[in-house]
Amino acid sequence: MVSLSEFGAIFAMQGFNGLSVFCVLLLMALGLAIIFGQMGVINMAHGEFLTIGAYITYLLSKLTTAYAPALEPFYFFGAVILSFIVAYALGYLTEMLLISRLYKRPLDTLLATWGLSLAMQQTFRSIFGAKEVSATLPDWLLGSFKPTENIDIPINGLFMMGLTVLLTGTIFILLFRSRWGLQVRATMQNRVMSGAVGINTRKVDRTTFALGCGVAGVAGAAFTTIGSTGPTSGSLYIVDTFLVVVFGGAQSLLGTIASAFSIAQTQSTAEFFLTGSMAKVLTLSAVILILMLRPQGLFAARVRK
Amino acid sequence: MKAVYEKLLGGRSGFVGLLILAALLLVVFPLGLDIFRLGLVGKYLTYAFVAVGLVLCWGYGGILSLGQGVFFGLGGYCMAMFLKLEASDPISTKIQSTPGIPDFMDWNQITSLPAMWQPFHSFSFTVLAVLAVPTLLALVIGMAMFKRRVGDVYFSIVTQAIAAILSILIIGQQGLTGGVNGITDLKTLMGWDIRTDSARLILYFINAGLLIVCILFGRLILTSKLGRLLMAMRDKEERVRFSGYDVASFKVFVYCIAAMFSAIGGAMFTLQVGFMSPSFVGIVPSIEMVIYAAVGGRMSLLGAVYGTLLVNFGKTYFSESFPELWLFLMGGLFIVVVLYFPNGLAGLYETQGKRLLARLRGKKPAAETAVTADSQIAIDNINLEASK
Repeated sequence: MVSLSEFGAIFAMQGFNGLSVFCVLLLMALGLAIIFGQMGVINMAHGEFLTIGAYITYLLSKLTTAYAPALEPFYFFGAVILSFIVAYALGYLTEMLLISRLYKRPLDTLLATWGLSLAMQQTFRSIFGAKEVSATLPDWLLGSFKPTENIDIPINGLFMMGLTVLLTGTIFILLFRSRWGLQVRATMQNRVMSGAVGINTRKVDRTTFALGCGVAGVAGAAFTTIGSTGPTSGSLYIVDTFLVVVFGGAQSLLGTIASAFSIAQTQSTAEFFLTGSMAKVLTLSAVILILMLRPQGLFAARVRK
Repeated sequence: MKAVYEKLLGGRSGFVGLLILAALLLVVFPLGLDIFRLGLVGKYLTYAFVAVGLVLCWGYGGILSLGQGVFFGLGGYCMAMFLKLEASDPISTKIQSTPGIPDFMDWNQITSLPAMWQPFHSFSFTVLAVLAVPTLLALVIGMAMFKRRVGDVYFSIVTQAIAAILSILIIGQQGLTGGVNGITDLKTLMGWDIRTDSARLILYFINAGLLIVCILFGRLILTSKLGRLLMAMRDKEERVRFSGYDVASFKVFVYCIAAMFSAIGGAMFTLQVGFMSPSFVGIVPSIEMVIYAAVGGRMSLLGAVYGTLLVNFGKTYFSESFPELWLFLMGGLFIVVVLYFPNGLAGLYETQGKRLLARLRGKKPAAETAVTADSQIAIDNINLEASK
């Protein structure tokens, strides 16, 4: 991450927007980078796991306001943890009941998880209603930070950035510096060999998928600080998220970060000159064009197939 | 003659299946349904074009395109542009500030017909565009993706993104495309009012006839050597490549055919329903079209038509009576079909229906060649040819 002062001038020009979009994309893409990037599973319901996190934060905020107003400033941390746990558990179940039967048929996984996402959206709609809801933010998240006269940075945006950095760091350590991460990477590169050296590959699959979903849950909790949540909120981003992971080079975490950053910056810069929809068209088209020239993405991991 | 019977109609069972479908579409539905319901069936049948195309490129070619809505939409929009120009003659649009251009352009302060719209005054150009524009787009996408050996999964994601781009583009360029409302108020086709009951009946028959032609064309492809190659490629791409075949070209070809079928469906949709909008272009409709093929059976051209009809009847029924349940059902359908019936209705018929029929006729069930065995034969044939 770049320090604020260094990029201050650019902030002033295109606003806080670019980095904000970057955080949104990266938060969404992190979970998918694990599930799709590492495991190769196309989880079209990824957006819905994110929405779960957002709704849990909303629920918890309602509950704290109603029963324990004194805890209001701190409920958000509880919400982040609870979102992770619930999304992790649901991801675990999904892997057990659905994904594990479809590892040999990636395209079918895509359809089945799309079905799952439809059902989950309708569940949200039945429970929380079709209208968008938003969590009551604690006071310390409101307001803005003014380093100079004409720069105005909202605190919730800063908070989300902090969370993004923290989450990215955690995932990096988990995947590349821990024993568990070593097992994950070994399994994904050579399942048979990993099994032979005593790794329980089925368990690795299950926890990896669940972790990806859990991360999506945390991302969802973070999203409540900058926007409201509806039943279809998650699915709005799903294509962008897949593109971020593919564009970055599926197996590279660094690639995911770089691609989220470049896509977000392209989009927010283009929005400065064009209308929102044309900026999006331009960004997506550019990504697809680059992918056509370089199908392996920005940072291709060197893995023997 | 025998060759035609075997190749085009698929032998006895294929011929009977086709006859039953043709009888259903051309006799039973028109006689049994009122013109409103028949119109609905006609609308569903336009989606069946997409499903038939998907059977070719997904079921046999192994290419799952999640952007067939793009081609359906392009075909539909080309037709809609022609009809809209005809509906916006200077006399009927004289209250506009610029008479003679489509109403939505007038609302968007456009004062002359954009160049993109000019050629759509001609009907022959329109028909050509309906067929050529989507096919050329598919050609470009296919060439770019398959020549570089982009994998199946990546291809699906990229096609999905293309569907997203096109729908955003159409919605964003309101003055050119009518925006989110699409192109509406279509009235006549070369002076022939398409909104009357008799016109709708005729259009229904044209639509059903075209669908059957597309199915026959699909059969022709599948029973030819190309069809065998497609299956072999789907199952062991490397082996086919090492046998000296240019895998990418075959993929591009079948993808283009699927695109062209979708475009015909789109154009017929516009004619029968009387409008075209971006809600048929984006990701959600594109994936829904995949489920039609999946329910019907991804390996069966006829099954795709039944699948389309069944899912759409279900959708209409449930979204009218139990709107909350529909998405659960649809979601469940995706999961159940994929997990338990990967070959859909047609697969069920192959394994259960035939046995039942045989028992009804008092015969012992004949040994059927399973689908997978079929493709194994394909691979063997190719190896034989390569070793010759």
